[in-house]
Amino acid sequence: MSGDGSAPVVRIKDLHKSFGDLHVLTGLNLEVRPGECLGIMGGSGTGKSVALRHVIGLMEPDSGTVEVFGKEVAALSTKELRALRRRVGYVFQEGALVGWLTVEDNLALPLRERGKLSEPEIQERVAEALETVHVTGAGKNFPAEISGGMKKRVSIARALITRPELVLYDEPNAGLDPEISRSINALMREVSDKLGVTSLVVEHRIECLQRVADRVLFVHEGKVLVDEPTEAFFQPSHPRLRAFLGYQQEPAR
Amino acid sequence: MNPDSLPSWWPLLLTVLFAAALSHAIWNSNGPRALLEEAGARLVLLAAVFARLHHLPKRRGWLLIQVRSAAIGNLHVISLVGVFIGMIFALQAGIELARFGQQDQIGPLVAAGIAREMGPFITALVLASTYGSAMAAEMGTMAVSDELTALEVMSIDRISLLVLPRVVALAIVCPAMTVISDMVGIIGGGFVASAQLGVGWDLYLDSAFTSLSGLGQTIPIPKDVFGGLFKSFCFGIAVALISCASGISARGGALGVGRATSRAVRDATITIIVANYFLTWMIYR
Repeated sequence: MSGDGSAPVVRIKDLHKSFGDLHVLTGLNLEVRPGECLGIMGGSGTGKSVALRHVIGLMEPDSGTVEVFGKEVAALSTKELRALRRRVGYVFQEGALVGWLTVEDNLALPLRERGKLSEPEIQERVAEALETVHVTGAGKNFPAEISGGMKKRVSIARALITRPELVLYDEPNAGLDPEISRSINALMREVSDKLGVTSLVVEHRIECLQRVADRVLFVHEGKVLVDEPTEAFFQPSHPRLRAFLGYQQEPAR
Repeated sequence: MNPDSLPSWWPLLLTVLFAAALSHAIWNSNGPRALLEEAGARLVLLAAVFARLHHLPKRRGWLLIQVRSAAIGNLHVISLVGVFIGMIFALQAGIELARFGQQDQIGPLVAAGIAREMGPFITALVLASTYGSAMAAEMGTMAVSDELTALEVMSIDRISLLVLPRVVALAIVCPAMTVISDMVGIIGGGFVASAQLGVGWDLYLDSAFTSLSGLGQTIPIPKDVFGGLFKSFCFGIAVALISCASGISARGGALGVGRATSRAVRDATITIIVANYFLTWMIYR
């Protein structure tokens, strides 16, 4: 999937971010190449989601740079940032669907706000998106009336409906049972393969990244410790990563 | 109690108590700087709403939904409160007027008091505590569940989508409900006038409406009514704006939503009372 040699879609250089005395990112470096699905793995509180929020311009770095599509995010004007965000889809940990809109209206919202498509075209796009994520029967339901797995699917559909060039997934398996997680992972892989979208997935579940990522980074104490293709990543030699994966694979007692 | 019998230091005691209460309020709002920042953020939000008024045709669907839910959801409360406010007002004033044999003046007194003051004031307070708190809770829930962030990430103008329809809706609904509140208030006053003060319905209504019939020079609405409606219009904007701003700034889960809601009602109530004084001074000086 990875397109070596092309300019990276996302490039983070020496990113530092602190919240008071808490140093979350301490020199993070990464690149996501066009068409690639890059996974970021690490323990809780290691700054994975914080890195993702820098990519979409929800946070500003203390130092270092975050470039997306060759533009430094922190240096963009409000108008330029809006234009950049239109090229990016974001899947939130809890879905973040608008509670007072039906599933169909949630999907139609970004299209209606952009005002480039007619209503029949929007309806067609919504139906297509619901089919892609296999949630065809729930279009008229409100988010509170559907399951967590369906919410996550709809959230993925909403991120994809504007046909973004880059999709950011923030812990797509969080709060889901193994069966639904598998179906979400299959869906993410399907989306990546079918649409050729560049993806950045923050997750700490092994199965998810094994299934969807082309390359995986291990972030520890705010910086990248291991950067390997997926297969090699899960046969680690780095003692810290071995400990991390071994801890996760330990059977429950 | 005869005021002359109070000790000479009682005004000082009152001043100290007032200063203590004010200091407590400022301390609870995390200091004067936070208070100013909050006020500034609300003014910026107001300016942002005005700058987006041209988005209204696009938002007419949401506007209608907001108007309907603010009006229909609160009509019964405002009617009930309005009737009783009119009755209380008539009773309090009527007892005093009756001492001087002037109870037939109760109609103009109730009409002016309700149209100028009680109608807009009570309507705004009811809307702040019912619809305003609901608005703050709704926005707060959206804030703590990342829905507002999701809108931002999708490059959707949150002020245009969420705040503009709510502010315009209350700017319409608050004066409209004030008209209803005025009417039922005057009728409520009439019940007391006829049943307890011995003033006939015809005399009461005739004197009440005659007192309100003087039309303004620029706008062909009785000045008392227009003044009240103008106040109501301002209160409606203030309630919606404060509620939305409090909700949007909510942080920290259910606790944060609760705090935002109570802050919205508290700040809206204070704003209505303070603004009422200045608007009254502006209109009737």
